[in-house]
Amino acid sequence: MSENLYEPIPMRIVRRYDLVENVRFFQVRPVEIERALTINYKPGQFMMISLFGVGEAPFSISSSPSRPGLLEFGIRKIGVLTEELFKLKENEIIHIRGPYGNGFPIEKMYGYNLIIVAGGLGAVPLRSLLLYALDNRDLFKKIYFLYGARRPNEMLFLREFLELKEREDLECLLTVDKDDTGSWTEKIGVVTELFKYLKDIDPQKTYAAVCGPPVMYRFVIDKLVNLQIPKHQILMTLERRMRCGMGKCGHCVIGSIYTCVDGPVFTYWDVLHMKDLI
Amino acid sequence: MKAYKLKKEYLKEYLKSLEDFGEVWGPIKKGEIDVYEKITDYSLLNLNALRPILPLKKFLIPPKFNTFFYTKDGKYENALKEVKRKIVFGVHPCEIHALLTLDRLYKERYPDYYYLTHRKSTWIIALSCVPDDKCFARSLNTHFVEEGFDLGFTDLEDYYLVWVGSSEGDDLLRHRLDLFDEKITSKDLNRYIEWRKWRDNQYQLNLDLTAMPDIMELSYDLEIWNEIGERCLSCGTCSMICPTCTCFNIADHLGIDDEPGRRERFWDSCMLKIFALVAGGHNFREKRVDRVKLWYTHKLKAFITEFGKPACVGCGRCIANCPVNINVAEITKILKGEEVKK
Ligand SMILES: Cc1cc2nc3c(=O)[nH]c(=O)nc-3n(C[C@H](O)[C@H](O)[C@H](O)COP(=O)(O)OP(=O)(O)OC[C@H]3O[C@@H](n4cnc5c(N)ncnc54)[C@H](O)[C@@H]3O)c2cc1C
Ligand code: FES
Repeated sequence: MSENLYEPIPMRIVRRYDLVENVRFFQVRPVEIERALTINYKPGQFMMISLFGVGEAPFSISSSPSRPGLLEFGIRKIGVLTEELFKLKENEIIHIRGPYGNGFPIEKMYGYNLIIVAGGLGAVPLRSLLLYALDNRDLFKKIYFLYGARRPNEMLFLREFLELKEREDLECLLTVDKDDTGSWTEKIGVVTELFKYLKDIDPQKTYAAVCGPPVMYRFVIDKLVNLQIPKHQILMTLERRMRCGMGKCGHCVIGSIYTCVDGPVFTYWDVLHMKDLI
Repeated sequence: MKAYKLKKEYLKEYLKSLEDFGEVWGPIKKGEIDVYEKITDYSLLNLNALRPILPLKKFLIPPKFNTFFYTKDGKYENALKEVKRKIVFGVHPCEIHALLTLDRLYKERYPDYYYLTHRKSTWIIALSCVPDDKCFARSLNTHFVEEGFDLGFTDLEDYYLVWVGSSEGDDLLRHRLDLFDEKITSKDLNRYIEWRKWRDNQYQLNLDLTAMPDIMELSYDLEIWNEIGERCLSCGTCSMICPTCTCFNIADHLGIDDEPGRRERFWDSCMLKIFALVAGGHNFREKRVDRVKLWYTHKLKAFITEFGKPACVGCGRCIANCPVNINVAEITKILKGEEVKK
């Protein structure tokens, strides 16, 4: 009998806590511990989280394959499934299948500068790429991490990112649209304003990865294009409704492509030459 | 491929004997339409059926079926372990071409367990056909098949030429070898050649689909699409009846009392409004025109990119069933600026 790829693996919630209001961090590992190291994935891939009795939905992997054993997610409470997910406590079981999607073309990015630009919840998938690059620091040239949120209390992984500022081998730039706490020590302004801190970048030797709310893309891409980064070296992740994750159900189809298998990572060139991508 | 002959008067007896292998299914007339059904009375078999309303896909991806059962304590099990073998008789070449396309979609890249399980137990007996005014398989080169069936019947008036397409087909044939004639004469050959020539000339509907991918691309923002979108009712009929449309959705149902809950997979259509809705309530294809465009892009362009041929096999189901006359023939003609009858 052939393997049933729709069959999810039981996983135990190891840790969970609120990243910000309504966005929760979930750290899980397979119930069968031997399986923990057999889950191979790439930054930018996603998994289908399954709650029997409720349904399944795609979520980006936020952890990095360079730190195997545990899978991490950052999940926003928005509807039926996520609502139920938020009710679960540590040590409870959820089911997960995957990984799916193309992920970032990580091998192609070796030897390049990285500019990672995140907005809001976009930090979830980009954190995977960032951690991967930091764990394999020698494989990349300069690394810039630009992250913007509306307010300090809406910034995901804030403590973790603040700690990164101590590292000298990356430029970690954090900004908020507005500081309503009075204790914010980082930048204030929209994420595109952080571009003025990027210095002496050879655009041909640079990959940029962008993920954030739809409104952010246009402005960030304008900046990246101004820096003369080639269109096929500007990467972005897109969202569509997904049911199977395996190019079968048709829900995520845009024109000739399946977002779930051909994406969710696309280049700016893909977006320009394929219709309706954004 | 080895061929035999079977006298027509033996057909029903032969098909009935195949019940030793599994259920025998075939087209049966129900009012205005034909339906693939399990045959109990062989006199009801409609040998002239051209397009059973639901195509072969209904055997491979049933309209709805359970994928998992689960209990409240978090245990679950695969709901589909085995499928009863079905021998489907009367499948026309165009439908087999659709099947070959589905095979690629479902067997390659992330093989689909449920498709494979149904596929393995669906045996196919092809039957030649004579097109009506809605068939355009010849335009797509899907009016003949050389693979994808277990036995292939070609109707040569008083007998069938029976092609053996697989080792399972060989088993089916050997089961009643006594009914078959192994000797193919030059007379048979000539009759076959004559028949093929005659039959290929019966197509009244001929479309030139060669440049469709480019035409889809170039027409994308033109006003004609809005007119088509205005006409479409978003009823989803086209998706249900098209032999290559297999989009589906998945939903969980809680069990009542002590019954287990079940995860169900069921047909869906990109023509329906909520198909592309994402979290936050944003719908990527809010407008009908966008959905019609997607459907035709997928049929006439995307599949060519992916599989080297369009997803349309020329069966004519959309022509016969769309309530507002939107179909592959009509769309092709509109986009190519050809005369369209209103
Ligand atoms: C590749 C990919 C990666 C993703 N990564 C993440 C991630 O890392 N973190 C994350 O939080 N999310 C992520 N998402 C989004 C996530 O999949 C959705 O938020 C999730 O499906 C929500 O499921 P739900 O059942 O909770 O919401 P649903 O109940 O499905 O509802 C979601 C929203 O749609 C609306 N809605 C649903 N049905 C209808 C209807 N019929 N009519 C009108 N409105 C309706 C609801 O009101 C709600 O606002 C990702 C999506 C993709 C495609
Ligand atoms: S999610 Fe099913 S085809 Fe992409």
